[in-house]
Amino acid sequence: MPEPVLSVHDLSIAYQARRGQVQAVRNISFDVERGEAVALIGESGSGKTTVGLGLMHLLPTMAKVLGGSVMYRRHANSLEPANSAIEVLGLQGGSLRQFRWHECAMVFQSALNALNPVLRISEHFIDTAKAHGYLSSYQQTAALQDRSLKLLSMVRLDPERVWRSFPHELSGGMRQRVLIALALLLEPQLLILDEPTTALDILTQRNIMEVLKELRQKLGFAMLFISHDLALAAELADRVATVYAGEIIEIGDVRTVFNRPYHPYTIGLIKAVPTLTGDNASLVSVPGSPPDLIDLPTGCKFHPRCPLADDRCRREETKLTEVESGHKVACWHWPNAREVLKTFQV
Amino acid sequence: MSEPLIALEHVNRTFMVKGQTIKAVDDLNLSISAGDIMCLVGESGCGKTTTGKMIAGLLPTSSGRILYRGKDIATITDKDRKAYRLGVQMVHQDPYASLNPIQTVYQILAAPLQHHNFTRGEAKTKHRVRELLGIVDLTPPNDFLEKYPHQLSGGQRQRVSVARALTVQPAFIVADEAVSMVDVSIRISLLKMFARLKDEMGVGVLLITHDLALARYFAWEGRIGVMYLGRLVEVGQARDVVDHPQHPYTQVLLSAIPEADPDATRSKRRIELRSTDMPSLLQLPTGCTFHPRCPAFMGEVCEKVIPPLKKADWGSDVSCHLVPAYES
Repeated sequence: MPEPVLSVHDLSIAYQARRGQVQAVRNISFDVERGEAVALIGESGSGKTTVGLGLMHLLPTMAKVLGGSVMYRRHANSLEPANSAIEVLGLQGGSLRQFRWHECAMVFQSALNALNPVLRISEHFIDTAKAHGYLSSYQQTAALQDRSLKLLSMVRLDPERVWRSFPHELSGGMRQRVLIALALLLEPQLLILDEPTTALDILTQRNIMEVLKELRQKLGFAMLFISHDLALAAELADRVATVYAGEIIEIGDVRTVFNRPYHPYTIGLIKAVPTLTGDNASLVSVPGSPPDLIDLPTGCKFHPRCPLADDRCRREETKLTEVESGHKVACWHWPNAREVLKTFQV
Repeated sequence: MSEPLIALEHVNRTFMVKGQTIKAVDDLNLSISAGDIMCLVGESGCGKTTTGKMIAGLLPTSSGRILYRGKDIATITDKDRKAYRLGVQMVHQDPYASLNPIQTVYQILAAPLQHHNFTRGEAKTKHRVRELLGIVDLTPPNDFLEKYPHQLSGGQRQRVSVARALTVQPAFIVADEAVSMVDVSIRISLLKMFARLKDEMGVGVLLITHDLALARYFAWEGRIGVMYLGRLVEVGQARDVVDHPQHPYTQVLLSAIPEADPDATRSKRRIELRSTDMPSLLQLPTGCTFHPRCPAFMGEVCEKVIPPLKKADWGSDVSCHLVPAYES
């Protein structure tokens, strides 16, 4: 079995606030296999974006990586041989620049702010290539333009027109697709997408989802997908991880997690999302609100909102344990959580 | 039939943008009775927020009339206007921006009560504020009286916004994307609260949202109106609209929505648009505005004639040349 592209192990990240330390990410571990799409789902403030920023060394200055490791392994392709594993958290200077974009690229949430308003789209592509050490000769410029135009048409844009446009001449959905094309410019093997379709209209969102599926089939990169939208994860991901209060509380194959969730929070989330076909009466919100990340509850961090909570939950921290092949859950009551919650109404 | 609470008659709204006229709402007709639950859905730029603002009196119409209990809100007497202003309240999208950060929850809720003489004296006001907090499930109320907005979560703030709207005992609340900024896990409880206001106090709600699944849930017993480029293209009972959509635009929207079920969402039939690009509001297509993108495009009639909104077989009102009119 080939080794995963990315292995995150025990990653912890905290923000320094006046009131104390915000424990945004706590001992998170997960792998992204080659060509696989992993979704981190969770609510705002759960720490999922911080994980993405941490992987790319893009954390704000008040944030600090407290510990853990992130190993990245490039697989061999036609151009280059495979790398041995590199520790991403230790990268600096040139090697960090090499890692970013060339190995691992990120598409951010707000497509409106991610492009420079005074540069044409063409200049964004050229700048990116230059900053990463390409484009020393004229032939390379021509090759770059070819590749860029090809990528733009792969994301279903009119390449000639978009190439000459300024960001403000494009709609939100078009800009988001430009960003996806731009992220793929240097053939990264891992693409991190942070809420790639939030704030976009339904039909635009559908378009971007189809584009992502197509691209992944053609180019075979792995995806780490950060979203609060369960439906998006259900459609795009191979594996899903639920993030709550900075830790992964359930991870598994997308079908397993949606059809046989074990953690009360995952069960609650799935029950809280209205669907077009679902039964109306079964919808229930998760009671309470997410915990204060500076002053975390003892034991299981979900216990103040959990109908199954007992003394052990209040006392002992939960650990992610494998409950069936490839399906891990962090809950003391996982064997009967679904059964108990079935009868539970708020 | 009783007189509708709110009626929109041929309402238009245009905006001037850089010397050009944009039609945000185009010939909208709608009638809402007391205690009605209605959802307006559509993509951004379809005019749903503009419609909500006009109903709440925050934006005048360009032409056409809006009637509140049978009286045109543009020309009513001062006394009736006051009744209208109190009778129709709005809950805004962003609970972080719509509450005064330097006032406590008590101050926020007490001000309208005292200003409009709903309560007299500190003791009665405090009693009423506690009652209101109870209605919006902020319990125990005493814990919240002295809190400032920054000490509350998004969901709690939105509840305070709703309590504030309720201070003046409105008959109708316009909720513009009122739950879209709230965490997924607690949206349903907010919507349940709105539904309870209807059941217990007869307060009608117009929920403006881009999320059709949410609209179907909320308007289960009510109606959904689908807007596209300023026009209502389909209006009907929520379940009719979602389970048996008649207008091609509604069908496309429904087919595009991903579902939180991996098997269902991957096997769902998707309807392809003829063009993915939204036309510019500055140059609206002639005839049916959906024709450049419509998968069921029929040719000349769609390009030239604006389809009227008429009753279709399933009971919904639909504006499409393709959908046969209901024959009684």
